Amino acid sequence: MSDVSLGKSVAFRGGGFAPKPHRWVGVLVFISLILFAEWGTRTGWISALTLPKPSDVLQTFQELYDSGLLFKHLAPSLSRLIVGAAIGASIGISVGILIGLFSYIRSGLVPLVAAIFPIPKIALLPLFVIWFGIGEGSKYALIAFGTFTPTVVATYGAVDNVDRTLIRMGQSFGLSWWSIVRKIVLPGAMPGILSGLRISLAIAIILLVAAEMLGAEYGIGAYILEAGSLYDLERLFAGVVILSLLGVLVSAVIGLVERRLLGWRT
Amino acid sequence: MDIRLDGISHSYDTFEVMRDISLDISSGQIVCIVGPSGCGKSTLLRFIGGLERPQSGQVLQLGDPPEGCLNPLTYIFQDFALLPWRSVSGNVSLVLEDHGIKGSAARKIIEDVLARTKLSDFAKALPKQLSGGMKQRVAIARALAVNPAVMLMDEPLSALDSQTRELLMDDLIDLWTRQPFTAVYVTHNLAEAVRLGHRVVVLSRRPGRIREIVEIEKPLNQREFGDPDLDKAQKHLWQLMRDEARAADAELINV
Ligand SMILES: Nc1ncnc2c1ncn2[C@@H]1O[C@H](COP(=O)(O)OP(=O)(O)OP(=O)(O)O)[C@@H](O)[C@H]1O
Ligand SMILES: [Mg+2]
Repeated sequence: MSDVSLGKSVAFRGGGFAPKPHRWVGVLVFISLILFAEWGTRTGWISALTLPKPSDVLQTFQELYDSGLLFKHLAPSLSRLIVGAAIGASIGISVGILIGLFSYIRSGLVPLVAAIFPIPKIALLPLFVIWFGIGEGSKYALIAFGTFTPTVVATYGAVDNVDRTLIRMGQSFGLSWWSIVRKIVLPGAMPGILSGLRISLAIAIILLVAAEMLGAEYGIGAYILEAGSLYDLERLFAGVVILSLLGVLVSAVIGLVERRLLGWRT
Repeated sequence: MDIRLDGISHSYDTFEVMRDISLDISSGQIVCIVGPSGCGKSTLLRFIGGLERPQSGQVLQLGDPPEGCLNPLTYIFQDFALLPWRSVSGNVSLVLEDHGIKGSAARKIIEDVLARTKLSDFAKALPKQLSGGMKQRVAIARALAVNPAVMLMDEPLSALDSQTRELLMDDLIDLWTRQPFTAVYVTHNLAEAVRLGHRVVVLSRRPGRIREIVEIEKPLNQREFGDPDLDKAQKHLWQLMRDEARAADAELINV
């Protein structure tokens, strides 16, 4: 029986379906895409009108930084993003939890949310300008409105998925309603809320550009739109890169929060 | 504090679950409830703990719960029902916080119940790091922390393997011997019923009625694994249940 050559080793078929983080792969994808574009534009294989040279974009970026304009654009954009997304996400989470907990609110608001969700929020920009003025108010409102709907949907779905036996347990120990919401429902819904926030915050960045279409002197969106109307591809791309970096940053922050808050998950 | 069930009947819509159940649960006793699957054991336990209301009949509390009792009717669930985001001691403190017990008073209670359930070394562990038996011990510690007058246990050992079940039964007997508690213990495992029950209530198949109440005189701490008296009682219970179980099984197929 000890003769190994007699047997055939059993084929392994248990691998896969278990994604593990390999951070460097993501970086590699970025770098190779950029190098490819650089090579293509340098050899003339990609014409200058199709795509700007990455190195030129980098230089534009450098100029933007040196002139101090970068922060002049970044600061108002970031504050719009933070204020708008914070308003939208916090109202969204609260409404989502109310929908998750109360049947009348659910019956009343779920159809309304479904009706609001598919409206392109950009289309409502003129309306927001009338309601909230041409200044910061309409920009906050647009971003808040855009983040609100996906957050609501994700949150009430997450509340629905909280383990009912845990809620029963809370009741059986005589916990107050508020304790059950705070100590059982909210933490239990947190994984779903956070993955919903990933989507909502990306939408907030998209809407930032739309919000700055009207009456914004400074801001990443304004910068991109101006470059776009002049067909200044280097500047356009420099602005787009900033938005992408913002997206990566937001996603990394949520990843960090998830690791901090959701370490209990198996 | 005693509990009296007085003529409890219940139907879900037209689906009759139990009929006219009357039972006295006196303090310091463990009452086991056995019966075929679907006969309403869990439902009955929810009535006793006030998580659901029977259609007719009532559950009465006779006398006042003892001094220092935070939650007179306390459950231990089959699937443990621990908050996965709280550590062992956090899960115990959860049920104290609402009674305003915090800080050193809470710490004293937590240390005491964790010592009684042999969990002192795991106070900081998260539920995901614990084995099934340990999780159920945490749930027992949490129940002990509120100093219950009556513990309501719904198949508390069913999710565990048989060795762990034996160990936990010993633990429960230890706990009871040191300080007798009142418990209603639902199980489908007759060996558990004869090990832990002062009285074993046999329910008929759905609609559940009390078929017989078997008293087991032998003191808990003298009951051993494989004890001939217990075997006899268990055989008797099985005879009572066999036909009911078979009929219940056949009914489920015919639904
Ligand atoms: N909320 C409910 N609505 C409708 N029917 C229910 C409800 N809860 C329980 N039932 C039904 O009542 C019957 C009794 O259920 P119960 O869970 O009390 O049985 P059980 O004796 O605990 O069974 P098991 O041994 O399988 O745990 C079952 O047939 C079940 O389908
Ligand atoms: Mg049951």
